[in-house]
Amino acid sequence: MLKALSPAQDTSTRQAVIAVLVENEAGVLARVIGLFSGRGYNIDSLTVAPVDEEKQLSRITIVTSGTAMVIEQIKAQLDRLVPVHKVADLTMEGPHIARELALIKVAGTGEKRVEALRIADAFRARVVDATTESFVFEMTGATDKLDAFVALMRPLGLVEVSRTGIVAIARGPKGIDG
Amino acid sequence: MTSTETLSGAEIVLRALKDQGVDVIFGYPGGAVLPIYDALFQQNAIRHILVRHEQAAVHAAEGYARSTGKVGVVLVTSGPGATNAVTGLVDALMDSIPVVCLTGQVPTHLIGNDAFQEADTTGITRPATKHNYLVKDVNALGRILHEAFYVARSGRPGPVVVDLPKDVLINRGVYQGIPTAPHRSYRPVVDPDPQAIAQAVRMLKQAKRPIVYAGGGVINAGPEAARLLTEFVHLTGFPCTNTLMGLGAFPASDPQFLGMLGMHGTYEANLAMHGCDVMLNIGARFDDRVTGRLRDFSPNSLKIHADIDPSSINKNVRVDCAIVGDAARVLAALIAAWKADPTKPDTGALAAWWKQIDLWRARDCLRYRQDPAPNAVIKPQHAIKRLYEIVRETGRDVFITTEVGQHQMWAAQFWKFERPNRWLTSGGLGTMGYGLPAAIGAQIAHPEALVIDIAGEASILMNIQEMSTAAQYRLPVKVFILNNEYMGMVRQWQELLHGGRYSESYSAALPDFVKLAESFHAVGLRAKTLGDLDDVIREMLAVDRPVIADICVDKHENCFPMIPSGAAHNEMILGPEDEAPTGSAQPGVTEEGMVLV
Repeated sequence: MLKALSPAQDTSTRQAVIAVLVENEAGVLARVIGLFSGRGYNIDSLTVAPVDEEKQLSRITIVTSGTAMVIEQIKAQLDRLVPVHKVADLTMEGPHIARELALIKVAGTGEKRVEALRIADAFRARVVDATTESFVFEMTGATDKLDAFVALMRPLGLVEVSRTGIVAIARGPKGIDG
Repeated sequence: MTSTETLSGAEIVLRALKDQGVDVIFGYPGGAVLPIYDALFQQNAIRHILVRHEQAAVHAAEGYARSTGKVGVVLVTSGPGATNAVTGLVDALMDSIPVVCLTGQVPTHLIGNDAFQEADTTGITRPATKHNYLVKDVNALGRILHEAFYVARSGRPGPVVVDLPKDVLINRGVYQGIPTAPHRSYRPVVDPDPQAIAQAVRMLKQAKRPIVYAGGGVINAGPEAARLLTEFVHLTGFPCTNTLMGLGAFPASDPQFLGMLGMHGTYEANLAMHGCDVMLNIGARFDDRVTGRLRDFSPNSLKIHADIDPSSINKNVRVDCAIVGDAARVLAALIAAWKADPTKPDTGALAAWWKQIDLWRARDCLRYRQDPAPNAVIKPQHAIKRLYEIVRETGRDVFITTEVGQHQMWAAQFWKFERPNRWLTSGGLGTMGYGLPAAIGAQIAHPEALVIDIAGEASILMNIQEMSTAAQYRLPVKVFILNNEYMGMVRQWQELLHGGRYSESYSAALPDFVKLAESFHAVGLRAKTLGDLDDVIREMLAVDRPVIADICVDKHENCFPMIPSGAAHNEMILGPEDEAPTGSAQPGVTEEGMVLV
């Protein structure tokens, strides 16, 4: 006889990167966000944009966290929304690439300004705006790389940060719908 | 018709309803939906039932849907019409009832301007529906309406709102008929995975203490599913219990039926759930009213869960075998696989299990004591028992609706449902005021049948205005009020959990229900003591008009058995008539349980 699982088992939480392919129609984002708030799930980050003009599809990337049971629920709840085409848990379905874009404004003069520029160069951040007393850096990368860069900029005159949240895609030849 | 012929939006609405086979809608007019009412006036194919409150329109549509298996249709105006319908929509969502609700909306150019009777209906109803639509183009109207019906009835059924701006109803456009192509994104799985079926049968064949726990999903899958459930239970020899929503899925008179399970379920059903080694859940969702304290729910069993909604699986209870599919198809597959599997079930163990179950049954947990004197106070359980017995004598097809509270639980315990679709109750949301409008919907669908709303004196006042609807359409619905002058379930909880402090649960300043009935052109009857009871029931059934029967019952009777919130199945409280000591001491309510509802 198999052994019964106790519901108390496996209470450890994990982060999940979930990709959702949806109809590009009014209200679809509200449905997804409402599902998360209504059922008390976490949203660590969320990005959305149209990805297929012809088929009228948008792709939402959600980073969330919870127990294995909660993540399974989140996927099942997303999947039953009428305008949802496909839900993929990229964290579970093999290796994936996750990237974020950030714009980081740093103001300062003299030694701090030079230091900011030197670190930006080391991190391969691009200068996309410059004045005599400020820079805006553009940087793409994994979340922890962006976090590290922002932390280094803080004592050097960090003014503000704008980040996109994660977009992600599976490695290898297969697509989300494949 | 040619593809270039144009119709007004309102005409498209009626055309689409007709093509969907709709012959009756429940509604209430208002400014934004006047074009549809104008089109309704000029045709005879679709009958409109005018309710007295939009909430009742949805409950009536639910009663119609639940008693026929068809989609119920509602038509209400914008703003307050739509917001009044929200309770009914959530009720239908929780109980998986297929409803299409058409709401009026201000013209598209006024949306967002706080226009008169404007509300963000799609925003408000997004979490209240399975899906909703705002139609902005009359040429999309036909397609969207057909999609709404498809979404409402397929997969796990539910309510769908279609919000119709007034200009879309007036504009002319091309009507698109029922689509033949499958939906772009929404394609629910109905056929079970054969491997999951095989795994389930392997588990079931090895069972020593099995139980079948069937819910509303079996009712939603149609009468064939109920027939297959009965066949499967007979084939296996297993005991079967039903949830509140599942009553009627398995015949109550069958010796293999253990009664309802859960908070007010029977002793034998709950202890069998607690003690089983293999559980087959079909079309139920491990609701908190069924499971009690989760960590102690059926602690030593392997669990098989068949559900059409994948999100119901592993939501509350982790299961060992998941089957996604329509209940009828799952049952047909289980029957075939059971017959094909050469493994012999352990009949010796099963016989011992039935012996144990029979000992639990012998506790006779629904026992109550009715003083037989004619001037004795009527016990509420006895009122329902006599109603059941006298109705059965008539041999008529009967539909029972309820409000919410003690009377609902007693009706669930004492009415023996032999067939599906005869029991209409608000299970998930627990909506007081559901029963009378649901009875109206059922009576519209079944004009010759007997339709009885078993009610409480508090609940009935929540939608009492619908007596006027019953009178207008000469619907002979019977409202059977168990009048104990309390919100009985609230009073029971206050007695058991809150030290007898009966805060606001007394039904003060009640109307005279006999006079109230008469003022609504109905018949009013009253039974004050046991001697009146049978006569009142017989007269109620004999009259071919709406009736309110005011049955004055024991004010302090509590509904037992009861599993207090936060307790386990083996910690249920039995009634005062129970003589044997329970396995564990009568439990107090824990701190943890106090915060639960």
